[in-house]
Amino acid sequence: MITRTAASSRLGGRRSHPGNHAYIFVAPFLACFVVLFLLPLGYAGYLSLFKDQLVGGTVFVGLDNYLRAVQDPQLLDGLRRVLLFFLIQVPLMLLVALGLALALDSGLLRLPKLIRLSAFIPYAVPSVVATLMWGYLYGPDFGPLTQLGDRLGFTAPDLLGDAWMLASLGNIVTWEFAGYNMIILYAALRTVPSERYEAAAVDGAGPWRIAWHIKIPALRPALLLCLIFSVIGSFQLFAEPNLIQRLAPTVINSSYTPNVYAHSLAFVSQQVNYAAAVSFLLGFVILAVSYAVLFVSSRNRRR
Amino acid sequence: MTATMTGRPPSRRARADGPVATRRRPHDRRRSNVLTLGMMALLAYFLSPLFWLAVASTKTTEDLFSTFGLWFGDDFALFSNVRATFAHNGGEYARWMANTFLYAGVSSVGAASLATFAGYGFARYTFRGRGPMLGLILGTIMVPTTALAIPTYLLFSKVGLVNTPWAIILPSLVSPFGVFLMWVYARDAVSDSVLEAARIDGAGELAIFFRVTLRSLVPGFVTVLLFTLVATWNNYFLPLIMLNDPAYYPITVGLSSWSAQAVGGNGSNAELLAFVVTGSLLSVIPLIAAFVLLQRYWQSGLSAGAVKE
Repeated sequence: MITRTAASSRLGGRRSHPGNHAYIFVAPFLACFVVLFLLPLGYAGYLSLFKDQLVGGTVFVGLDNYLRAVQDPQLLDGLRRVLLFFLIQVPLMLLVALGLALALDSGLLRLPKLIRLSAFIPYAVPSVVATLMWGYLYGPDFGPLTQLGDRLGFTAPDLLGDAWMLASLGNIVTWEFAGYNMIILYAALRTVPSERYEAAAVDGAGPWRIAWHIKIPALRPALLLCLIFSVIGSFQLFAEPNLIQRLAPTVINSSYTPNVYAHSLAFVSQQVNYAAAVSFLLGFVILAVSYAVLFVSSRNRRR
Repeated sequence: MTATMTGRPPSRRARADGPVATRRRPHDRRRSNVLTLGMMALLAYFLSPLFWLAVASTKTTEDLFSTFGLWFGDDFALFSNVRATFAHNGGEYARWMANTFLYAGVSSVGAASLATFAGYGFARYTFRGRGPMLGLILGTIMVPTTALAIPTYLLFSKVGLVNTPWAIILPSLVSPFGVFLMWVYARDAVSDSVLEAARIDGAGELAIFFRVTLRSLVPGFVTVLLFTLVATWNNYFLPLIMLNDPAYYPITVGLSSWSAQAVGGNGSNAELLAFVVTGSLLSVIPLIAAFVLLQRYWQSGLSAGAVKE
């Protein structure tokens, strides 16, 4: 059958012609996508409309779970926390990534390959391992920072205490993903046509002016991509707080982030329907923030 | 995201690292020591936790607590630590390592293959429903994986897939971002004239794909492969909720269960800390090796996706 249509395309001659073959290529993915992606999403949506009651079993309650969620102080606290996290951690991380990418692309660095790879390596470290390592380094008893403080005669701040916790988590996430973002930005810089640099250099622009007026504007789409991934990452923060919780059980509660909360709802307090509503709502928040970021950036561009 | 798409000729993507970078801007030949020093300070930040991990793996449990964290202890116990880590609790660490290799290997090859097929199909053919399908897939890039994990768990528990390797492998096969990357990549990397020539020679569409175009899709494939490999290798949330039998754990969940025992327990569990540290070090090595070995491929694959987002 394949050959027959291929033969007819010889007569038709356009690449739009053998369209039916496209299904051979896209069908395997689409089948998995429907069964493993859309179906669970639909099922979560379905579950979120029900409530498990002691008397009467599971009953349809419409949007009650969502009404409860938007008024749930624990969920709102968690959302506020990840929003704050996003607003502070992400700009810092992207600045580090941008600085690294520009420095690498400037050609002014010694050992550029070593620097590029070393900055990227933390991305290959599982977040579980990263959190275990930093948790030890933060440690008030045996951590090197505390040890250093003892030797030099200052008191290291309690990095696992209430005041520092969000910053400590932010540091772990920055450590994990700055190099990843750097690689995306660096790869984008490599594709800027070199004639632009030559033209600017002829006009007398130094490396700083070239970076500011040519490179950073050219990085817009790549920065936007990093930003969208950071929205998704920040709002679904789970592994880091979940693991640090053991070191600081009084600081990190069961609703520290929305995902920690959804997990404890589903698997500790067995409120499956409400957990489905919470994770669905979280998905909506992430979509909304992502689209807001896209909207703002496209409006800025038009101006 | 699709709104900002810009079509660039493929030749720019092909520009690799290295000699071109120095050739294109002769005035940049001089190196800056100040900048290099600044970057070295950043590197110290990125590498010091790993340095701590490597140093800590060489220490005995007592030295771990009593000696300075960022330097070696009195005894060099790396090899005995490695042996003890593998021997602990009937060799469960080796089992977790094997599980992780299995889950990450099957998932990443499967996800990258599906994404390559689909990306190619979307890029090279026009067919009914292509636009809406593509839009739907790209839209779901923003759906957080953890929001998906709980309903997937509930669904899998209905059909009896919970607490089996399939519970980890199946959800990892679907990578909307991988399809996006391959779609962008396939639009540029494959030239129409080559396809037309092959069709005129009477080759079937599948034969064209495997014999003619697959080769030029390799950098994109490797990029998607590595990123899904990292995602599955490092995955914690999904196996945490899907698996309750330690025999099926991947390294991440295994290490976290060891660390929970080491932290939560009394003195008798303190020796576990050395295993957590050594096990962490061992778990980091394979992925770093994969990135170093495949550097050439994923960097050129990424430069396609990064720009034309």
